Amino acid sequence: MTGPMALDTSKEFLNQLITATPDGERIRLCLQCGACSGACPFGFVMKFPPHGMIAALRAGMLDTLVDTDTSWMCVSCYACTQVCPAKIPVTAGLTTRIKEEMLLAGNVPSELQDALEKAQRYDNPLGESPRKRAEWASGFEPEIPIMAKAKRPVDVLWFVGDYPSYHAGVIPSTKAMAKILQALDVDFGILGPEEVSDGDSVRLAGESGLFEMLAEKNAKAFDKYEFNEIITTDPHAFNAIKNEYPNLEISYPVRHYTQFLAERLDQLEKLMKKSIEATVAFHDPCYLGRVNGIFEEPRQLLQAIPGVELVEMAHQRENSLCCGGGGGGMWLDGFQWEKAEVRISEWRVREAISAVGTDENGTRILAVACPYEPPRFEDATKTVPGAAGLIVKDIVELIAEAMGLEG
Amino acid sequence: MGDNIYVVIEHLQGQVSEISYVMLAAGRALASGIGGELVAILLGHQAQNLAGDLAADRVLYMDDPALAEFTPDAYQLALAELIKTDTPRAVLLGDTSVGAEVAGALSVRLEIPLVSRCSSVHAKEGTPKFVSQICGGKIMAEGDLPGPTALVTMVPGDFKAEEGQSDQPAEVTSIPAPSFDDLKVTLKQYIEPEVGDVDISTEPILIAVGRGIQQEANLELAEELAAALGGTICASRPVVDQGWLPISRLVGKSGKSVKPKLFLAIGISGAPEHVEAVTGSETIIAINTDPAAPIFDIAKYGANVDLFELVPALTEQLQGS
Amino acid sequence: MNIVVLVKLVPDLVEELEIDSSGATLDTTFMRMIINEPDEHALEQAIILKEREGGEVTVLGPAIEDIDGVLFTAFAKGSDRLIKLVDGFELEVNNHALARAFTSVIRELNPDLVLTGVQAHNDLDGSLGPLVAEYLGMSYVGYVSGVTSSGDKLTVRKEYPGGLIGEMEVAIPAVLGIQSAEQPPRYVAISKVRQAMKTATIDEQTLTELDPSGGPTVSQMFQPQVGERAEMIEGDIDQIAAKLVELFGDLGVV
Repeated sequence: MTGPMALDTSKEFLNQLITATPDGERIRLCLQCGACSGACPFGFVMKFPPHGMIAALRAGMLDTLVDTDTSWMCVSCYACTQVCPAKIPVTAGLTTRIKEEMLLAGNVPSELQDALEKAQRYDNPLGESPRKRAEWASGFEPEIPIMAKAKRPVDVLWFVGDYPSYHAGVIPSTKAMAKILQALDVDFGILGPEEVSDGDSVRLAGESGLFEMLAEKNAKAFDKYEFNEIITTDPHAFNAIKNEYPNLEISYPVRHYTQFLAERLDQLEKLMKKSIEATVAFHDPCYLGRVNGIFEEPRQLLQAIPGVELVEMAHQRENSLCCGGGGGGMWLDGFQWEKAEVRISEWRVREAISAVGTDENGTRILAVACPYEPPRFEDATKTVPGAAGLIVKDIVELIAEAMGLEG
Repeated sequence: MGDNIYVVIEHLQGQVSEISYVMLAAGRALASGIGGELVAILLGHQAQNLAGDLAADRVLYMDDPALAEFTPDAYQLALAELIKTDTPRAVLLGDTSVGAEVAGALSVRLEIPLVSRCSSVHAKEGTPKFVSQICGGKIMAEGDLPGPTALVTMVPGDFKAEEGQSDQPAEVTSIPAPSFDDLKVTLKQYIEPEVGDVDISTEPILIAVGRGIQQEANLELAEELAAALGGTICASRPVVDQGWLPISRLVGKSGKSVKPKLFLAIGISGAPEHVEAVTGSETIIAINTDPAAPIFDIAKYGANVDLFELVPALTEQLQGS
Repeated sequence: MNIVVLVKLVPDLVEELEIDSSGATLDTTFMRMIINEPDEHALEQAIILKEREGGEVTVLGPAIEDIDGVLFTAFAKGSDRLIKLVDGFELEVNNHALARAFTSVIRELNPDLVLTGVQAHNDLDGSLGPLVAEYLGMSYVGYVSGVTSSGDKLTVRKEYPGGLIGEMEVAIPAVLGIQSAEQPPRYVAISKVRQAMKTATIDEQTLTELDPSGGPTVSQMFQPQVGERAEMIEGDIDQIAAKLVELFGDLGVV
């Protein structure tokens, strides 16, 4: 569509974007400085990087935007939002809404379509059996309380999440988390098969309807049980429950596990008797750090581990570099590779190597706090030169090891 | 007559399909179990030569220009009258793009029962039985072959094609063809698979390389092995991502699913995205240095050794044999 | 073109299948029924034909489990009319019974073309398409991966093993068993499905009887031995290579 009609549709869309997004009014302030597109890890591949999207909408080119598949390069990492001098809600408003339009128009890469269909059918994007959501915990000693079976109020409801429940590369950190909670005598329970995907990443991949459906299912489960707060393994789940569920009138106190454990540092310090002599770089997950401002707690936890020398990477804290898994990136691996011929996770591993050094005799660790990261970074260590010796571990795995809980 | 087993021979472009021999082997097991004759039904035009190696007691051959190539309604017409008159105990057809649609139509037209996806037909104490492989091979369903005449569509399973072949030609009897006027389906032409790259989803022998191959130059080792085995090279994601092989060779998520006779996995760890696309393979053999690699969970045989040592040794032995 | 799409629901293989205490049927306690995958391709092909050549798409399915969800999704993708057959359906109804039940409804709709998935993984008495075609007195071609129409004739691409395609001409009305649509089935956003739930209606057609004759009776079901971990071949490099060559021989590949 071209001509006046297209301009009308575009204008209407832009107006709706401005009025419906919190702080959407700021979109009017865009000076086309391009900082957003420079900060965007994939800005160089996108035909319409963030500032280009705004320009295109102003020019009445919504249809062109919607037909352009490179907008699927957006990993919803908030780097654009972070640097915008006009404080435009780029990720929350603009890029997510454009993805919604692309999805409605049927412009969806097949890998993403597959994950969305699985999330719809099985309540998790991996397509695993919902009945097996707590299978990681079977045979666990002492037993992990599942709310439906425990039939009692708990202090803490642990929202385990999709990848921590199902992904073979992430389950070790899930088990480490369980052991730590048990060692700290936390009164906790999990939802097991009643838990469904938090939905945050499908939302950021443009599937707001699916997000709502999943949120409603979780709300139903939350509503059945008594607990004082929710803790999450996954920063995306934390973000969803903290910032997005309340818009659907689902409100519960929630913290990320790094916050929860940092509060118990005194207790942990007494239990962490084993030294881990290692140089450790910490990767700030986008939805823990930049989006929700949690920078100190993970560092406090790492520094409390005997023997750990914490170093910083070039991109850190609010300027952290995404692992590439956000906003649907977890399910666009092949697509994004075809477009960019590079993975952001590989850049990140290069940064980690620069930070922890190349001495192969010393233990070098890239510490993470988001379940999207271990599989992505571990893959990258196999292809980045000199990264073969780099160990990727979640903070909880390191804590558990220091507590002598591993294995 | 009621104890005879009929096998409808499938052939395409002048070649008897392998499933036909498998069916002859299965039909033999059933016929000898109930004391009947094994009869091959060959439909075609100037195709009598195809009867040469069929391991049947006799061959009934129907010749008509309308049967020169397979079309569903011509086959249905040809078989309907024959089955009705002869009332064999069972008629075996391939559970294929040839046999499946013929069997369905005949079941309704002749009001006789149909059992599909059979991996076996046999007799137990003189009673004919079937075993069907359903739900993606996860469930086997067994029962008495319904009567008086059962249509059976077969998948490869318990029987070997060689058992359906014979070097002693069976006696061939020509049978009359019905009238083929007013056919509603006609074959216009065959379109051969696109030349260019091979279609790995239909290749019978695949040598799959993964991240363990380390460098592009090392692909040569796998290619030599493939040449010695008469197989085709394919790969998991990392190898394709590096641009070492075209995307048409990708096995796994966003690539192809494969179902070869032999899938030889070299240096593939077995990520779920890859595994889901290879489970249709008849036999998976994995070579990997990591004894805990998940590929060993789905492989039938494994070797926990360095591929750079094993592959050249294997190639050499194959070339020598 | 007036097109009817037949869908059936099959057990989801993501869930582990269990055999019930009778030993002859599947335990339905935890069984999840999902749309038969080739039927999704049949629906996609129907919508592609409609978009290309005009007409109407009616989707017809048995009232089992989440058939409403399946039908509303079909509507959101672009079909026009939804019908479910109610009453009397067990989770596992055989295809002869289903075909007879569908036939009377299809006749009323007087379609030019009936599309359905070429097969389903639980077909025990043949696939649905050829049975329906014969009851309707229409021609049938299966394993179809592309359809074009011209007047009262269709040109279809029929797949044979090894990538060979037979281009066939079929007179309409006809039934086609779709292996894969010209394009992969489209994605439809949940918001559109939710919209369909509000705007679309599902017509109900009541069945009087289900006649399963024509299918076999299963006396026993069993699970093939589950895959164990690979049998590891031990020895030095040459011994392992020799053992592999022997295995290749057993498998008939050398």
